[in-house]
Amino acid sequence: MNSAFFQEFRDRDLVRGLAESVRRLTGGRGKPMTFMEVCGTHTMSIYQYGIRSLLPPEVRLISGPGCPVCVTPVGFMDRAIACARLPGTIVATFGDMMRVPGSSSSLLEERAKGADIRIVYSPLDALALAAKNPGKRVVFPGVGFETTAPAVAATIMSALSRGISNFFVLCAHKTIPVPMRILSSDPELGIDGFICPAHVSAIIGAGAFRFLAREHGVPCVVTGFEPADIMRGVEMLARQVSEGRATVENEYSRFVSEGGNARAKDLLARVFVPADTQWRGLGVIPESGLEIREEYREFDAEKTLPLEVEEPREPEGCLCGEVLKGKIAPAACPLFAAACTPEQPVGACMVSSEGSCAAAYKYGQ
Amino acid sequence: MDNDLILLGHGSGGRLSHQLLEELIIPTLSGMPPSGLNDAAILEHEGVRLAFTTDSYVVDPIFFPGGNIGDLAINGTINDLAMVGAMPRAISVGLILEEGFSKRELGEILRSMREAADRAGVAIVAGDTKVVPRGKADRIFINTSGIGTIRRGLEISGANARVGDRIIINGAIGDHGIAVMAKREGLELETEIRSDCAPLNGIVEDILSGGEDVHVLRDPTRGGVATTLKEIAIQSDVSITLNEASLPINGAVRGVCAVLGLDPLYVANEGKVLVFAPPETTDGILERMRRHPLGTGSAVIGEVTSRGGGKVRMETVVGGMRAVEMLSGEQLPRIC
Repeated sequence: MNSAFFQEFRDRDLVRGLAESVRRLTGGRGKPMTFMEVCGTHTMSIYQYGIRSLLPPEVRLISGPGCPVCVTPVGFMDRAIACARLPGTIVATFGDMMRVPGSSSSLLEERAKGADIRIVYSPLDALALAAKNPGKRVVFPGVGFETTAPAVAATIMSALSRGISNFFVLCAHKTIPVPMRILSSDPELGIDGFICPAHVSAIIGAGAFRFLAREHGVPCVVTGFEPADIMRGVEMLARQVSEGRATVENEYSRFVSEGGNARAKDLLARVFVPADTQWRGLGVIPESGLEIREEYREFDAEKTLPLEVEEPREPEGCLCGEVLKGKIAPAACPLFAAACTPEQPVGACMVSSEGSCAAAYKYGQ
Repeated sequence: MDNDLILLGHGSGGRLSHQLLEELIIPTLSGMPPSGLNDAAILEHEGVRLAFTTDSYVVDPIFFPGGNIGDLAINGTINDLAMVGAMPRAISVGLILEEGFSKRELGEILRSMREAADRAGVAIVAGDTKVVPRGKADRIFINTSGIGTIRRGLEISGANARVGDRIIINGAIGDHGIAVMAKREGLELETEIRSDCAPLNGIVEDILSGGEDVHVLRDPTRGGVATTLKEIAIQSDVSITLNEASLPINGAVRGVCAVLGLDPLYVANEGKVLVFAPPETTDGILERMRRHPLGTGSAVIGEVTSRGGGKVRMETVVGGMRAVEMLSGEQLPRIC
């Protein structure tokens, strides 16, 4: 990793110059421009670099449903917990999932009570764990968007070809364009433009968002995570709005192409099939999830393991749903920083390192 | 949720650790301890001022680039004494060994303990060894306690930060935590990241040798620089502003943190000291620090900006402002 590579995207004068340009584009317009950053990594970056403090008051940045852990519903956590309670079972998970509350427990609590739960950085690590522990089941909770799903697809195919039969995926993968369509037509939100999710765009391509500009008239910009990327993205959106245009522009061409990553898309198509799925806060959205295909069903924890799950109970008073839709800022939730903190989270948005509430708590107070 | 459970986060050095200390450990054991939440307690005995401290080490893996659990255990306790301005005098060592642990590895660990103690000029004077059945501990845990003497008139405490104080650090942050984690997770890196584990009593002596007012010394171990500064802001009832652009961070550490989504401000250090001193003294202190082998990368990273608030804010590299809070949960467990 070459840190000099980052430096040019963290140049103070460049960022200030772009902020000045945003000020000129938005000044004297009478009403603010509202841009939604869909991806949790953008949310984190915006807080981490203090981007809002550099923007004029005429620009409102709201956070969308792009934090994979946050949109994972309570019922999924209950099923992951049920996996952890099965005898002879190791749950190998991304660390972010540990503290997400289920209806009455969390993976962290289950581990403290003796369940075998390991933190891994990749689904391939979970597969390696399965190969090393043939006498045990290894369950990997598959969460995330088009970014993490191809690696899970590759891992499932690898498990098949290596004949590893004690590896399972509890699948809650989701795709992002459909919920963006729903949010773009919500009059209460009044979204003037999308900062499109960058990692997702690297997989599905900038072209995957064209329907939003064409059919819904919403300007879109694909941009990176460095402060100059984000500021440039905001400036490009402000320019489209002020010129009355709506198109998809790609600021992140160093990583994102129009068509995306053909190999990753092929992996997704081979292992998964689109399915209706439940989103925390947004409810069931048709064709917005990825289900493991029938031919790989032996790896599908949902279909093969005897999971005993209680009726999912949403935490009382939690407004994660409203936060995920961008309808309220984290601090507007009465639980924020009072009953709900990173140590004792009530809702998922306070847990994940990409969650809006966690970002607001850590960087914004 | 079950509130009775001890979670790994309770040992992170961050907010959960503070809760456990404040709600259970301190009220049950002693009320407010004489250490006043500083790294070591200060005791007066027949005209002699003594500093006393204790620390336990459970790092996993026990051998990592730049050190092992043995020199870590010696240096950590020496540093806790140095942070109240004490000259370390004597150390005790308690070993908890797991049945089946290797004598060869134990020997290697003991030799590094001896070397670390020699390097710092401290004697190991007492000890204890226990062995527990296989599976009841993880190879080796070490407790060390230390005693040091404090010069008359020296008043260094986390409660002494004053408005205007400049904050100096003696070099790059995050090396220890990332070195341990990279080893534990088997990350293959182009450049090996080595722990900064080192005894700080020498450089602290140099810092204090000019006779200037030094208000606070604190080693940013678990929870990193962010958590330590927040603790000091609360303890001294002041607000602090950090300057992100001036934070020394090695390129390799920056890279690993970027990839894994970690913030170097929250990563543990084992050979770093934060110094709070009035602005007129900064040049002299900084010059002496930079002459010391452990201080060549010393830099001013921020200042105490106002009374009250207990807040830490940071001017980001691009000129934005944001809050800096304590570590919450467990960023990297078993780092020391």
